[in-house]
Amino acid sequence: MIVLKVSDVSIRYKVGDFKDIGLKEFILRKITGNYRVEEFWADRHINFTLDQGDMLGIIGTNGAGKSTLLKAVSGIMTPTEGYIIRKGNIAALLELSSGFDKELTVKENAYLRGAMLGYSRKFMDDTYDQIIDFSELREFENRPFKQLSSGMKSRLAFSIASLVDPDILILDEVLSVGDGAFRKKSEAKMNEILSKGATTILVSHSLSQVRRLCNKVLWLNKGRQVDFGDNVNELCDSYKSFLNGDIRLE
Amino acid sequence: MRNKISTLKKYQFLFEELVKRDFKKKYKRTVLGMAWSVLSPLLTLLVMMLVFTQFFGRTTPHYTIYVFAGNIIYNYFYEASSQGMQSLTSNAHIFTKINVPKYLFTISKNVQALINFGLTIIVFFIFCLFDHIPFTPKFFLLVYPVCLLVFFCIGVGLILSALFVFFKDIQYLWSVFMRLLMYLSAIFYTITSFPESTQRAFLVNPLFLFINYFREIVIYSRIPTLGYHLLMLADTALLFLLGCRMYKKYNTEFLYYL
Repeated sequence: MIVLKVSDVSIRYKVGDFKDIGLKEFILRKITGNYRVEEFWADRHINFTLDQGDMLGIIGTNGAGKSTLLKAVSGIMTPTEGYIIRKGNIAALLELSSGFDKELTVKENAYLRGAMLGYSRKFMDDTYDQIIDFSELREFENRPFKQLSSGMKSRLAFSIASLVDPDILILDEVLSVGDGAFRKKSEAKMNEILSKGATTILVSHSLSQVRRLCNKVLWLNKGRQVDFGDNVNELCDSYKSFLNGDIRLE
Repeated sequence: MRNKISTLKKYQFLFEELVKRDFKKKYKRTVLGMAWSVLSPLLTLLVMMLVFTQFFGRTTPHYTIYVFAGNIIYNYFYEASSQGMQSLTSNAHIFTKINVPKYLFTISKNVQALINFGLTIIVFFIFCLFDHIPFTPKFFLLVYPVCLLVFFCIGVGLILSALFVFFKDIQYLWSVFMRLLMYLSAIFYTITSFPESTQRAFLVNPLFLFINYFREIVIYSRIPTLGYHLLMLADTALLFLLGCRMYKKYNTEFLYYL
């Protein structure tokens, strides 16, 4: 059964003049004909489908368009061209520790984040203790968020986000959260979620992780789809030799 | 429609949490923080009374109430619009990472301004009491301009927040515009000394309509005409629908610019 279908998806950013010139300058340049917008395609013609229980690894260098693609898949962004079909509810764990409010306490932030992820108040009331224990932040509960270290922040973020029971799960570099002890715990938790059969998309710069976990691989380079397939080891090998400069992409 | 209601239900918890967050951040959990939101319009009022009473105060009955009514409505609009303008940009770090409806942020800011408005309106009524203004059943009609004003402010907030994503300097233009609007809304002067045609020109300004409605009811105990009611409704509907349209049209594009 196909759970996710990404069909000929392209995403275009506009760069250049537009952003910081302001309204007065915008009108002035429009009049004088000096107004220029450049287009930048973060992703171009991406195609893939995932079946239930698939685990897709997305590989590619910085600026390959991975994060943008994930934003489109999770519904944060709308593709400029093409379409995406998703079946079931989707949970995206992108750049976990951002989006918290530094003035609020740990507890308030936990509720706010829970609300953003679509949990109900009752669910948060019920699981709050579990969250705070898992993140080992009990003693910081009523402290403002700005007093926390970045590791602690991502620990809390992971603890809230990992409560989900989604059909599609998107992980952007989240398997490397916190210190050694917590990382072990979070990996165990992650495996638990995965074992429930969620279809997962994983972005990772660790090839060994991709080899270990994924059954499909999507390779992106500068917004273009280099390859997609279930020959995971083969693709990882050629990506590795690409990184070493042994092969070139035209 | 049912779809819309179920989305609202789904995001009710988030909306409540956002309102709470904005509230806490605004008052920084201090007692004085809340008191300040009442004190600050009172100070403005005091200054205006000191300056303008000798020009207009002698001929205008209940001049304090007259100015106060103008002030609270102007302040609500000012706060809701300028806070609403920033609502998208200041929350960009959230909705670029998590898929949530962005208009919630704008409306949450509006609720903040509304709470402030509610606090000052209580003080306003206390002032009315001291000024021996009789409370009549007509006062219940004030619900009408307040409700419209809420939608009016949401509409303006949606328009400005969308513009602010694209044009940062709209901030400065808006503050200039707001200052002009203050002088054009007859907050501290009366319009009866103007010729008939100029008086009619004031009706073009929606903010003046709201302010004037308050004064008519509270000070003169007169109910404005049906046409007046409809004009207010039309202004509000126009701005609100324009705001919704702009949001709908551009909300997918915001991400490219943030």
